[in-house]
Amino acid sequence: MPDLMSVVTTLAMIVVVFGAVLLHVAYLTYFERKVLGHMQDRLGPMEVGYHGLLQPIADGLKLFFKEDIIPTGANKIIFTVAPIISLVPALIAFAVIPFSDRGPIADINIAILYILALSSIGAYGILLGGWASNSKYSLLGGLRSAAQVISYELALGMSLVGVLLLSGSLSLAAIAQGQAGGFWHWYAFAFPAPQFVAFVIYLLSAIAETNRLPFDLPEAESELVAGFFTEYSGMRFAFFFLAEYANMILVSCVGAILFLGGWQAPFDFLPSTGWWGVFWFLPKVYFLLFLFFWIRATLPRLRYDQLMRLGWKIMIPLALANILITSFLAFVTR
Amino acid sequence: MTTAQRDDEQGSFGYILHEPESGATTEVVTESVDAEERQPLFRSEDLLLNMGPQHPATHGVLRVVLELEGEKIIKATPYLGYLHRGTEKLAEGKTYNQVIPLTDRLDYVCAMANNYAYVRAVERLLGITVPERAEYVRTIVSEMQRIIGHLFWLGTQALDIGAMTVFFWTFRERELLLDLFEALCGARLTVSYFRVGGVDPQGDLTPEVIAKLRTFLAAFPAKLEEYEGLLSENRIWLGRTKNIAVISAEDAVNFGLTGPTLRGSGVNYDIRKAEPYGVYDRVEWEVPVGSHGDTYDRYWVRMQEMRQSARILSQCLDRLPEGPILADIPGVTYPKREKVMTDMESLIHHFKVACYGFETPPGEVYCATETPKGELGFYLVSDGTNRPHRMHIRAPSFVNMGAFDYMAKGYLIADIVTIFGTYDIVMGECDR
Repeated sequence: MPDLMSVVTTLAMIVVVFGAVLLHVAYLTYFERKVLGHMQDRLGPMEVGYHGLLQPIADGLKLFFKEDIIPTGANKIIFTVAPIISLVPALIAFAVIPFSDRGPIADINIAILYILALSSIGAYGILLGGWASNSKYSLLGGLRSAAQVISYELALGMSLVGVLLLSGSLSLAAIAQGQAGGFWHWYAFAFPAPQFVAFVIYLLSAIAETNRLPFDLPEAESELVAGFFTEYSGMRFAFFFLAEYANMILVSCVGAILFLGGWQAPFDFLPSTGWWGVFWFLPKVYFLLFLFFWIRATLPRLRYDQLMRLGWKIMIPLALANILITSFLAFVTR
Repeated sequence: MTTAQRDDEQGSFGYILHEPESGATTEVVTESVDAEERQPLFRSEDLLLNMGPQHPATHGVLRVVLELEGEKIIKATPYLGYLHRGTEKLAEGKTYNQVIPLTDRLDYVCAMANNYAYVRAVERLLGITVPERAEYVRTIVSEMQRIIGHLFWLGTQALDIGAMTVFFWTFRERELLLDLFEALCGARLTVSYFRVGGVDPQGDLTPEVIAKLRTFLAAFPAKLEEYEGLLSENRIWLGRTKNIAVISAEDAVNFGLTGPTLRGSGVNYDIRKAEPYGVYDRVEWEVPVGSHGDTYDRYWVRMQEMRQSARILSQCLDRLPEGPILADIPGVTYPKREKVMTDMESLIHHFKVACYGFETPPGEVYCATETPKGELGFYLVSDGTNRPHRMHIRAPSFVNMGAFDYMAKGYLIADIVTIFGTYDIVMGECDR
């Protein structure tokens, strides 16, 4: 029986983390539009507030007041539930993310499995939303998404195995703790078996998992209008949108913890306890998010079959080879 | 009114062709309730997907009905006519000069080129020639228009394939040229700059415009390399364009393809070389020709054409002669503005040309011009009055669409948008 004090602290932490994540999601859209804008020789949002700073709030208000439309012939229940299935796992996954050495809200010892499981559930939202809309574009988008998520989850999962072998733990807090002592101890560069290849595979799979360019086939606007959320509008659309951006933050956080040392400072003489942890952690996350946008501004979209070929014929074999080499090196240097 | 009612009214307009099945499945599993009905346990049918006319990537109001097997295209049927405005019929009720603004709205991306094609046909009917400087000015603006058209094409094609940034970059350069058009004739898109017998006498190439154009030409090759830096060696771009929508030279000729779409297949046919007009035979330039006839080759041809256009432009600017830019043919061209303001007879003359136009000798003429999209031909039948008895427009986009099914068959749904793009299709011209 937990005492009242710890319940209150946990609740407070949930509120703080939840608020921070939602604020980040809102301003991530702003950040994306600004980054893309400047890469494309334009300004991005400038009208609402100073340099468009209130734009996310205006967008949110607009979506909130939009008419709620359920298309004819749609399966009403599934159509309504799908965005929620998409959003909720994306948000509750943050429960196991350690932002500093104080640890996450819930320090469970299978945090990675928990995150992988939740990200699979999120794909159901997309699949069901596409199926329930009674639109062929949505259906095709949903099917593509199912195929994509299954293919890339394998590569994503396998790219993590190397890190797990090195750290010997599935808890994110323990993994981050294991990378203390300067950036050469981060698993992306760590001594016995640098997980750099795994890091790249992780990033690519993460982009595919979150349906971002160049892997945004489930919502490829030039082919499928808007893919699985073609028929969605108003807040339901906003839920899918929030889920996508929350997922981006999530995979960036996981990437930062697994490969870039989480809250650890880049040099061992710098402090990385308490708020310093957050100070070191956030730039890593922002850098990964910036990569998402950078790639979006640079690359065209892959075709469906090319995406599958990349996933099955290149990424998964590479990830397997990485596991082999890592286990060998870890065994030899033990 | 409840949401449900309203949805019923809007219904499934536009995207579902037959009765919506629950969930719009590709494969219907029916259980044989009655053996006598002899219904198979599994029945599969091709997915019929209606793309357009409201679709973000169909370049306007093109509608294509796709028969799909999974994502593979079995048959692609284009349905045209959603932008039909009856340009050919409208022209029969207008004097020859009044038709010029109609031609702006054919290929609205490249209005100058349409103007040029039309006035050349009328001039051939009348048997008149235009002054030397006017020929140069015409060549200059039509090559500027070619660069604009190809930039527009490059941006949209890249956007369709998902490379957003190229789109904004090409529009940045396009803007500079459109500003020059604005300086010439006050309009940016629907220019109506050409006149029978020359070009708009109020819109001569001023030294400022020439200076700006030279600045543009100096910077342009670097910009082209910038776009190519994003695309030409990008493996995703190559994967999306190489060996896509391949058409052999023979088939391309048989389908009547023209322009870069034809030259991508390796046929060296450019009206500017084959049947020179303007000053194309007086400047040095080459016709870029592809070899495989795939989307990448057509991309390459257009990129090279922009370089050639820049080459033509700088030579034209060097040799630009002095002189009038509108022929002085009483009864056909407008008198000089100063005279109209001061001289009674010239005022009457101007009034006559503006209102009644001019009569053309009876006969018929076909005149083909190389526009950015391909061969734009005007076929005019004159019965001796001041209006065309019949005007037919051979629109390259329309003819190119004829090969669409042939080129799209067997590729994936994602390739459809690259095939629209590779024609550089503009529906204003296609539907007329």
